[in-house]
Amino acid sequence: MINSRDILETIQMIDNENLDVRTITMGISLLDCIDPDANRACEKIYDKICRYAGNLVRTGEDISREYGIPIIHKRISVTPIAMIAAACPDKNPVRFAKALDRAAKTTGVNFIGGYSALVHKGFGPGDYALIESIPQALSETEYVCSSVNIGSTKAGINMDAVEKMGRVVLETAKATAERDCVGAAKLVVFCNAPEDNPFMAGAFHGPGEPDCVINVGVSGPGVVRAALAKAGDCKMDEVANIIKKTAFKVTRMGQLVAQEASRRLCVPFGIIDLSLAPTPAIGDSVAHILEEMGLESCGAHGTTAALALLNDAVKKGGVMASSHVGGLSGAFIPVTEDSGMIDAARCGSLSITKLEAMTAVCSVGLDMIAVPGDTPSEIISAIIADEAAIGMVNSKTTAVRLIPAIGKKAGEELNFGGLLGGGPVMEVNRYSPLKMILRGGRIPAPIQSLKN
Amino acid sequence: MRAVITVIGKDMVGILARVSSVCAENNVNVVEVTQSILQDLFAMIMLVEISKCKIPLPELSEELTKTGKELNLSVHVMHEDIFNSMHRI
Repeated sequence: MINSRDILETIQMIDNENLDVRTITMGISLLDCIDPDANRACEKIYDKICRYAGNLVRTGEDISREYGIPIIHKRISVTPIAMIAAACPDKNPVRFAKALDRAAKTTGVNFIGGYSALVHKGFGPGDYALIESIPQALSETEYVCSSVNIGSTKAGINMDAVEKMGRVVLETAKATAERDCVGAAKLVVFCNAPEDNPFMAGAFHGPGEPDCVINVGVSGPGVVRAALAKAGDCKMDEVANIIKKTAFKVTRMGQLVAQEASRRLCVPFGIIDLSLAPTPAIGDSVAHILEEMGLESCGAHGTTAALALLNDAVKKGGVMASSHVGGLSGAFIPVTEDSGMIDAARCGSLSITKLEAMTAVCSVGLDMIAVPGDTPSEIISAIIADEAAIGMVNSKTTAVRLIPAIGKKAGEELNFGGLLGGGPVMEVNRYSPLKMILRGGRIPAPIQSLKN
Repeated sequence: MRAVITVIGKDMVGILARVSSVCAENNVNVVEVTQSILQDLFAMIMLVEISKCKIPLPELSEELTKTGKELNLSVHVMHEDIFNSMHRI
């Protein structure tokens, strides 16, 4: 029989340490829905999503009940809509966002990602229209998430897109100002965007993916923190070891759920995303893991080193537990979704500059950070450019998800509720980057891109 | 197909009887039982055979959780594969 200590450890993880499978995300290709008649294309999209994902939520709930493992989200990612909308360039692409929203409602998922464009090297006919329509699309839909890839290690950074996205982020926040600017929380600007990421808001189904696929994102910051707390004083080598072992167990659970979901839905298994994704719930914080390692508050000097160890150990532990690893895979640091980060930002220990340094060693980027509502768009563009540069040079994914808090100043608070959480508005450096941002053009791909 | 039932809570008379009677009613065979006292908490782990169970596993789980609530115990029913995959290479 299985060791009773192991059984009780698993029960403890689920009951008290927030162990869960964070998301089962079904990726669906919409390339066969392209139609020069935009309304016809929307019908095809709605029909295909409902046909493929009709059983997704029920299957997720069944697996959750049978295996006794909480599965928090069931979600859908689709082919970047700019590719589909390109076939009908004279039509407003918002109709596609509404079709996605309807499909999300019908299937019962809580987010659908893929109102996206990939413009790292330049704009295609569908891309301009889609990017311009993002503020309207996100303010008139409930479940749709949007992302734009503006740079890559291979292509460099599209500075025209960077300039544009600064304005789009600001306009999206303004368009949803009466709802705590929540539109901007559903918009991610990427460098090196992964094509198989199951996590929102940046999930989309890349053009290199199969027709349909199941990707699973695991989580478990609370489990890691509890394991470290149990270990007490030990050297950093041992800290890394404990994190690896914990990540292994968590990922094996995710792999089992992914295989089972794939089998029941008759859809191939894609990848496991080995991520530590926090939630605002107490005991589910990445910041608290860093503090458990011995920092008084997240953001203190030493935070980047602690995060580097954490991020690396999570991958090392997880990679052996799963047959295919992909997505973002690493520790997330979304400020408003992490109770420890929220506290650190409130007390002044965590600043945007420190967060930027942290993004160089962790999986994503400047995530869920509220900035003052009067921040000029060129400063948002410049923050995007800085973050993209870190991703481009280090051959890693970086992203920016800033929420300009319209009508609010630094120190005031935004509150989205639910998983998106809430938190203090953080100050930005006000010196102007306007002249550089207006130059436009492209930052050439770095020498690291020349690997052939 | 086998599942693991864990019962955690304050020790009292009749826990094993109540849980195993729910199993018996549903044609679930108890393969193995271990009990231990952790501090003053009672922990019972049952390995059960559910292939011939009259009701689907989620329903069995709900019924046992309900029984647990009546006795103020925390009851989990989980597929055996979870533990095999998490704790064995």
